[in-house]
Amino acid sequence: MEEKVIEIVQRYSGDKSYLVPILQDVQREFNYLPKDALFSVSAHLSVPISRVYEVVTFYKAFSLKPKGRNQLSLCMGTACHVRGAELIARNVEDFLGIKEGDTTADLEYSFETVGCLGACALGPVLVVNGEYHGHMNIAKSTKILKKLGKKVATDDEQD
Amino acid sequence: MVNLTIDNRKIEAEAGRTILEVARENGIVIPTLCTHESLEPTGSCRLCVVEAKQGKRTRIVTSCLYPVAEGLTVDTKSERVMNVRRLVLQLLLARCPESAQLKEMAAEMGVGAEPRFTPDKDNVKCILCRMCVRTCEKVVGVSAIGFSYRGTEKKVCTPFQEESATCIGCGACAYICPTGHIEMETTKTGDSRTIWGRTFKMATCTVCGRYFAPEDQLKYISRTADVPLENLAVCISCR
Repeated sequence: MEEKVIEIVQRYSGDKSYLVPILQDVQREFNYLPKDALFSVSAHLSVPISRVYEVVTFYKAFSLKPKGRNQLSLCMGTACHVRGAELIARNVEDFLGIKEGDTTADLEYSFETVGCLGACALGPVLVVNGEYHGHMNIAKSTKILKKLGKKVATDDEQD
Repeated sequence: MVNLTIDNRKIEAEAGRTILEVARENGIVIPTLCTHESLEPTGSCRLCVVEAKQGKRTRIVTSCLYPVAEGLTVDTKSERVMNVRRLVLQLLLARCPESAQLKEMAAEMGVGAEPRFTPDKDNVKCILCRMCVRTCEKVVGVSAIGFSYRGTEKKVCTPFQEESATCIGCGACAYICPTGHIEMETTKTGDSRTIWGRTFKMATCTVCGRYFAPEDQLKYISRTADVPLENLAVCISCR
């Protein structure tokens, strides 16, 4: 982990004004921001760890918890909301067995709701691994989740 | 040098200084929470508001940041100023209803709680002025604490909200805090103190035998000032 962080920091010639892009790269590398990685970023940039922690907790794009391999974001902006995004959110939550903002225990899926994604005409919008799916409904969201490989637990399997 | 008027008094002041500095030097009282001589002003508490008139334009400014200028007319106690100041204090009180310092200030200014502003129930006494964070960084040079999270969740804490390895237990953050938010507990005998969830062992003075500073702080001073630790073993009163 240390070597990887050093490599990323060197990509920006160790300039501390690039803290945010460096953290973005670290997050891309590990899928989240591990504590040890933050400590080595702090050491190699000579930025106090308290300052790094300030930045990491300020931006919602940074996560201190491991994220799933598949990331789902559902738009909860006004336009999507009035078209039933709330119901879709409940469906995704029931399907994955997690609450909004959480990650499944097998680290396969992360689900979050976001503010406006700027694609109101397509609402409700569900973003799956960076790909926008517009005019979402409950049936479509189930189909997408199934396609991602999650087996639907049948009633007798659930016990 | 520039000439200005503060509360109908003609005052001559050095250019580049702030209204607050000049007013205080001339014995004019302006209440503040977030100013300290060892820190740069930031204007975060908003209590030092005054009315500044330059030419035809009169506006409400924070006196701790506003530089004096030729022909400036300042009113520190006009009705407009007092209204703003009272409102600011009511909002601060609603945020920290438990803070003794704020309550005292409100009593002095004759400000009661405003029913419109529902008091917070989380017993947080922090007004987010950032004085502690800046003291730790600029004065102590340790940067053990910072502001974390944002919006309503924002608070001052150590990284990961755990015991900080960099903290030296000097207590400067607790000392500078204007509202008594940061808690530092010292045991009855004084042999240790706890701050930010970490307990520090205190060192005794070799002359009088009293506990006077955390060992980690002495080590830090010895390291940064390049002074042998033995030279720091005597407390201020015995030196």
